[in-house]
Amino acid sequence: MKDQLEKIKEEAVRQIEASEALERLNEIRVAYLGKKGELTSVLKGMKTVAPEDRPKVGQMVNEAREMIEAKLEETRQALAKKAREAQMKAEVIDVTLPAKKANVGHRHPNTIALEELERIFTGMGYEVVEGPEIEYDEYNFTKLNIPEGHPAKDEQDTFYINKEIVLRTQTSPVQARTMEKGVLPIRMISPGRVFRSDEVDATHSPSFHQVEGLVIDKNITFADLKGTLAEFARELFGEETKVKFRPHHFPFTEPSAEMDVSCFKCGGKGCRFCKGTGWIEILGCGMVHPHVLEMCKIDPEKYTGFAFGVGLERIALLKYEIDDMRLLYENDVRFLKQF
Amino acid sequence: MNTALSWIKAYVPDLDVTPQEYTDAMTLSGTKVEGYECLDKNLEKIVVGRIEKIERHPDADKLIVCQVDIGTETIQIVTGAPNVKEGDKVPVVLDGGKVAGGHDGGPLPEEGIKIKKGKLRGIESNGMMCSIEELGSSRDMYPLAPESGIYILPEDTPAGADAVEVLGLHDTVFEYEITSNRVDCYSVTGIAREAAATFHKKFIAPVITPTGNSEDIHDYLKVSVEDKKLCQRYCARMVKNIKLAPSPEWMQRRLAASGIRPINNLVDITNYVMEEYGQPMHAYDYDLIAGHEIIVRCAKDGDTFQTLDGQVRNLDHTVLMINDGEKEVGVAGIMGGENSKITDDVKTMVFEAACFDGPNIRLSAKKIGLRTDASGKFEKGLDPNNAQAAIDRACQLVEELGAGEVVGGMIDVYPEKRQERRIPFHADQINKLLGTNIDKQDMLEYFSRLELGFDQESSEVIAPTFRQDLERPADIAEEVARFYGYDNIPTTLPSGEATMGGLPYKLRVEQTAREIAEFCGFHESMTYSFESPKVFDKLLMEEDSPLRRAIEISNPLGEDFSIMRTTPLHGMLNSLSTNYNRRNKNVRLYELANIYLPKALPLTELPDERMQFVLGAYGEVDFFDMKGVAEEFFDKAGMSKKPHYDPQAQKPWLHPGRQANIIYDGKTVGYLGEIHPDVADNYKIGEKAYIAVLDMPELLKCTTYDRKYTGLAKYPSVTRDISMVVPKSIMVGQIEDVIEQRSGRILESYKLFDIYEGAQILAGHKSVAYSITFRAGDRTLEDKEVNKVMEKILHGLRGLGIELRA
Repeated sequence: MKDQLEKIKEEAVRQIEASEALERLNEIRVAYLGKKGELTSVLKGMKTVAPEDRPKVGQMVNEAREMIEAKLEETRQALAKKAREAQMKAEVIDVTLPAKKANVGHRHPNTIALEELERIFTGMGYEVVEGPEIEYDEYNFTKLNIPEGHPAKDEQDTFYINKEIVLRTQTSPVQARTMEKGVLPIRMISPGRVFRSDEVDATHSPSFHQVEGLVIDKNITFADLKGTLAEFARELFGEETKVKFRPHHFPFTEPSAEMDVSCFKCGGKGCRFCKGTGWIEILGCGMVHPHVLEMCKIDPEKYTGFAFGVGLERIALLKYEIDDMRLLYENDVRFLKQF
Repeated sequence: MNTALSWIKAYVPDLDVTPQEYTDAMTLSGTKVEGYECLDKNLEKIVVGRIEKIERHPDADKLIVCQVDIGTETIQIVTGAPNVKEGDKVPVVLDGGKVAGGHDGGPLPEEGIKIKKGKLRGIESNGMMCSIEELGSSRDMYPLAPESGIYILPEDTPAGADAVEVLGLHDTVFEYEITSNRVDCYSVTGIAREAAATFHKKFIAPVITPTGNSEDIHDYLKVSVEDKKLCQRYCARMVKNIKLAPSPEWMQRRLAASGIRPINNLVDITNYVMEEYGQPMHAYDYDLIAGHEIIVRCAKDGDTFQTLDGQVRNLDHTVLMINDGEKEVGVAGIMGGENSKITDDVKTMVFEAACFDGPNIRLSAKKIGLRTDASGKFEKGLDPNNAQAAIDRACQLVEELGAGEVVGGMIDVYPEKRQERRIPFHADQINKLLGTNIDKQDMLEYFSRLELGFDQESSEVIAPTFRQDLERPADIAEEVARFYGYDNIPTTLPSGEATMGGLPYKLRVEQTAREIAEFCGFHESMTYSFESPKVFDKLLMEEDSPLRRAIEISNPLGEDFSIMRTTPLHGMLNSLSTNYNRRNKNVRLYELANIYLPKALPLTELPDERMQFVLGAYGEVDFFDMKGVAEEFFDKAGMSKKPHYDPQAQKPWLHPGRQANIIYDGKTVGYLGEIHPDVADNYKIGEKAYIAVLDMPELLKCTTYDRKYTGLAKYPSVTRDISMVVPKSIMVGQIEDVIEQRSGRILESYKLFDIYEGAQILAGHKSVAYSITFRAGDRTLEDKEVNKVMEKILHGLRGLGIELRA
């Protein structure tokens, strides 16, 4: 019996070691350890064994089973490892094949510039306010200190619907509307489409976008205006950006200024981009004219404020180095995809 | 406005700055210099030469050989110029020198032209005699220069002198951008005054000496002003025994540098004074003034008038006119009449220096379609006190130039003298507004530099009448700020109450729309708000469509931009067309922009501006892709109900069988469809194109960013598949309605998994298969329950003529 078991063990180990596939191991398991397997049949032959020898034989059979099982497991692991390795080898891909992209669309450069501005100013506590694009002459001009016959009315080359209604030439009427509501303090920007009767060319468009800002509170100073816009310029054009304020005139503000930023292309040394001056004109601004406050029923003795206006297209053209404004309204996807 | 620095220096003699210093400082003090041109740029080694001897060139008929005395020596120069003779003084550029341009007067090369000695047809030439064009200038500026040939200098010019100096070309012409409030700076004296204040130098105004003979103009002429509001002052003086001649070179050059072509002494004097004082003047031929009388009054409706440019202008009762005893002779402040213009035969003339109402001149200029240098100044509102100085200055120049005999006296109709304005001044208020701590004495010093008076007692700034822009304390604050220096004002951030800030809800939804469109591969486009009324026909829009009722712009840039759009279609189709034309493949675009729907026409109140979310595409795209974008957007914007699609959208610009209104919660929120092939043809889009238009104001009401978590299912679901034979006329949407209505609360979802039309299917029918999933939140569903629901669904479907497939 003992010899028989030894022979079975030997034969099993030989067969296991010769196995090259996991399926073969299963066959071996069934052949030796299954219900009709060889070890089982040895156990079935127990009745011929003397009762006193049976525990010993049982133990021998169990040892043989454990031994075969261990051998099976060891080989199974080795084979599995080999099989996985083979799989890995077979599944090598060319990682330089083209990506599968969702072909996500791109945002218009104007919108990207606008969102940048909105991010900066909402971060400083400004509210974004919209207003009508077709606007009363009164809000577009009169309430902004541009009465009938004022030369600025010509300068802005207005499109008229009729005597009272115009296509707004600026987004400042939104500021007048907000001030009129009388809820103070005010910190707002009003972005949107504006219209002026300029013929279309590389630097002009009869329809473009502005973002105008307004702050009204007690103790607002020209220094606050400078500080706010300097901060804005650094956020928009980079930490190194310097600003310069030059006196200017706008009917809506007094004192008024234009702000230049140091050329972000050459850092202020002077280049073709800034026409050798080192500076680029960015926006107009000033302290809200007391008469404007009065017209909106705000007491200029108690409240002061500042206002500024930026052309969105100008920012987009400068920031993205677009050399022709007409590209912004052609919507050629080869252009749009670059942003 | 352009002015030579030498002219400014005439009133600020101590001014000594480089052009760049001048540019920077003037710009920072508020007189913006746009640029400058150095007239002596690239003029090197150019001296006065005297031609001693001229001989013919032995080998060239058109060349001559000149011996030229250049002060230190005599050099030989060969030239082809036809106009020189022995004894002439000419500008000579020496060997190694430079001139600015060629003799043809073309564009000047950036680096100039270098001159070297050499041989011309074998004869040595040691320099070049110069034409005015080679010196970088023109005959406009130097009318005495010959049309082609060497510039001949005055006889008394010493040989060897700096010819550039002699010609007055060591000068710089500055170009200014003057703001509309500073009408005083549209003049040389105005700018000179600012320059003096900026550089702490003394401003010396022109000294006007008394002029006129012993006669009295009142014996010659009568002036009456009927409309005193529109003509605040009218000054007239007379000149007789006129001797027309060219004006002196210094005057010609100053005018030319300002961009004004010299003509003759009288015209030049008028222009010179307009530049110097900013006061436009007009000259009438006295002998053409009927009744020797001038009347200032408005025209009558329907009048026509021929201005001196020969054009006939239509007038109305608001246009102010200058009349003589019989007729109109000039449009006040804009242009004189053909019937009274000065000719070469003029013997006696009347100078007019007036002050007309700015807004009226502006409107009149617009009405008659004529904007002149004069009207451009008048419309900004002139200082009436300037008129007399200007007219006296003109008469002084007439005498100095010997252009005629000035008649004594002046007619001055000036009923209400313009007074200086007094403005309260409080240094602390100014500091509070600027955020500065400027000493009061410093402020007073700025005022004195600017010729602003100060009344110590009442603490008032006294603004001279030429500073009409100064009205209230804020204006005074600006004067302080600009001379303290904007750069010196500190930078701070606003203090005070914190504010929330942020985007309004509408913009948040628009952001969602952008995100979804872009995720779905659409690029953002932008198109104009105005378009041509022809687009309606291009879109095959019905004649009676309310969308044809568009707001018209009264002064459009042309018909193509003349109406405010009532639909975003044209902009989108136009952009698709541009892309198609440029052979761009698979184009997907979207736009978020307003349409403008009038409440009534003509417009009496502001129109309804409706934000439209429009998507357009051609290429690898179909109707259901567009539908998908809309539904992705609805999902993201919290519109959780099922949208419905009504094929009866009736849009003529869409394919009749491939269009639908999008219905959400019972309301039409937009539409989508395939562009009608006729419309695609109109836009030259050679592929199937699709469009979806969502009306944002209607959608906005349905959106929300609130979300509530409903729990993940604990109990298993049951799925049943049904396969049906459906009459072709039935839309799957109807089947889905039945499934939804009949399933009750246990319906979880359903999915169309097959649709087929073909041979095996009964004619006029299609095969449709759905997979329907049921689930209860609180128990495991039993077959019995599901069977009952399925039975109800099938019953409902049979009602539509649908049978289960065998």
